[in-house]
Amino acid sequence: MSTGSDAISDPTFPAAQRPDAIKAIPVRHPWRWVAAVVVLAFAAAVIYTFATAPGLQWSVVGQFLFYPEILRGILVTLELTAIAMVIGVVLGVILAVMRLSVNPIVSSVSWFYIWFFRGTPVLVQIFFWFNIGSILPYLHIGIPFTHLFWIGTTNKIITPLLAAILGLGLNEAAYMSEIVRAGIISVDTGQTEAAQALGMTRVLVMRRIVLPQAMRVIIPPTGNETISMLKTSSLAYIATVGELFFIQKEISNFNYDIIELAIVASIWYLAMTSVLTFGQYYLERYFARGASRLLPPTPLQRLRRLLFHFHDPPPVGPFEPPPIYEERLR
Amino acid sequence: MATPMVLAESVYKCFGRLEVLRGINLSVAPREVLCIVGPSGSGKSTFLRCINHLEKIDGGRLSVDGELVGYRQRGDKIYELPDREVCRKRAEIGMVFQRFNLFPHMTALENIMEAPLRVKGEAQKAVEERGRALLKRVGLADKVDVYPNHLSGGQQQRVAIARALAMQPKLMLFDEPTSALDPELVGEVLDVMRGLAQDGMTMVVVTHEMGFAREVGDSLVFMDGGVIVESGSPREVLSNPQHERTRSFLSKVL
Ligand SMILES: Nc1ncnc2c1ncn2[C@@H]1O[C@H](COP(=O)(O)OP(=O)(O)OP(=O)(O)O)[C@@H](O)[C@H]1O
Ligand SMILES: [Mg+2]
Repeated sequence: MSTGSDAISDPTFPAAQRPDAIKAIPVRHPWRWVAAVVVLAFAAAVIYTFATAPGLQWSVVGQFLFYPEILRGILVTLELTAIAMVIGVVLGVILAVMRLSVNPIVSSVSWFYIWFFRGTPVLVQIFFWFNIGSILPYLHIGIPFTHLFWIGTTNKIITPLLAAILGLGLNEAAYMSEIVRAGIISVDTGQTEAAQALGMTRVLVMRRIVLPQAMRVIIPPTGNETISMLKTSSLAYIATVGELFFIQKEISNFNYDIIELAIVASIWYLAMTSVLTFGQYYLERYFARGASRLLPPTPLQRLRRLLFHFHDPPPVGPFEPPPIYEERLR
Repeated sequence: MATPMVLAESVYKCFGRLEVLRGINLSVAPREVLCIVGPSGSGKSTFLRCINHLEKIDGGRLSVDGELVGYRQRGDKIYELPDREVCRKRAEIGMVFQRFNLFPHMTALENIMEAPLRVKGEAQKAVEERGRALLKRVGLADKVDVYPNHLSGGQQQRVAIARALAMQPKLMLFDEPTSALDPELVGEVLDVMRGLAQDGMTMVVVTHEMGFAREVGDSLVFMDGGVIVESGSPREVLSNPQHERTRSFLSKVL
């Protein structure tokens, strides 16, 4: 495309007469239409069945959709997700760097952590933290060989919310560390070499050169993890944390509108994951800077294209003039 | 005689059981341009990487500007340098790679400013001024805010040279700086290097550009199988090689 416009603007290369566009009768695709109709009909039947199910009271769904308790549950769900993900990412980066360490002890500790926390169910882990008070009634933190120490009742320190945060966050760290490690490995070793040759220390190389580039590989699966965490946070109900799932269950325990409240929760989970999906695009674009010449279109750009320019070729990035070589030194 | 900038005395290096360097002896005086030529796998890159301690040598002595690379001598004892010291020494030696290795997430100017800011802790303003001046010097004044991916190979390599120069090194190492370039881009990089040599930079250049070696090099060594087979002034070695191996290699590349 760019070469075409280039040739035209260059006076030394008069453009050839452009031939007429090809006029051909397009191939018909009857089976595509048949397939589309079948799929749509099936989908409509499923939706109709559920929407008109005799026992389903849509008015109850509407009644509880913005119920204050539900909205408070959403806030707790978001809080839980955010804190667990922050712990997961920070601890995950640390574990990944440990895993790649030249020190065999350090890397095996990381390996063991991942093995343990990935190998046991999150539900069990949350349950464990929730009940830890039964085996460790008191927690003390002290400086060895001194009389300086601090002591507290476990059940006062590890609240239900903290138990859920620990369970979700520590488990997430194990998964995140594998994602981060894949990202770090994906960065060309020439980058590390060039940075070291400039005198950068190992820590500086990791922080300034390797991790920012690894981000491009790390961000998409991290987005998935966040979306997954939003839903997994519902397991915190086992620790009686008042998040969305727990709240809707409390309400339905009371009024027996089980499916209606499950639908309320689902609508909110869907809404939240949709917002996250949207945000992920922009994050990916940010970390793709410098990496490719064309940034992927934003969801808004995609939507606009779908609505108004359906038949146009896909959008391309800003016109990039070919490199100029005249600036050679003399 | 002044202290040589680089002094190698029977430098040995092996990777596992593979002996890559088998006793390299050479010396590079300040302001000298040494060219290293030789067939693939002869250990040229490995030797360069030993000079700034990206690789550890297994035997012999290697020193830069009178100080051992990677070690410190006190009396007759030799101590390994801590990482921090190794990094400080590396900062005084510039290196340019065959595949440029610019940082793709930073613009040309950011690439250049990174090390002076983070390694030497210099002031932002002074570094930026120097960065712009260096880009101008390599003929890329208009590419300050461009990401490496938007630059041609030749332009990238010139930014890479500017990046190394920004640390104000006392020695520059070049590892086949033009081997990954299209033929029409080789000249622009060699021009920058020629300018550097004229300004008195001490340079060790691994290259297959015999024209450049002949014109700019003060001395030339021919390496094969981890040893220096032949050395002398570039003109002599290139036009009148003494060894059969040198002759057969040159007949292939000239
Ligand atoms: N990190 C390493 N581990 C193991 N072997 C290595 C390593 N680096 C280099 N080698 C080996 O050492 C030998 C010399 O490699 P080196 O890169 O120094 O050669 P070279 O002269 O630079 O060749 P070229 O012209 O292809 O760049 C080769 O056989 C190579 O396979
Ligand atoms: Mg090499």
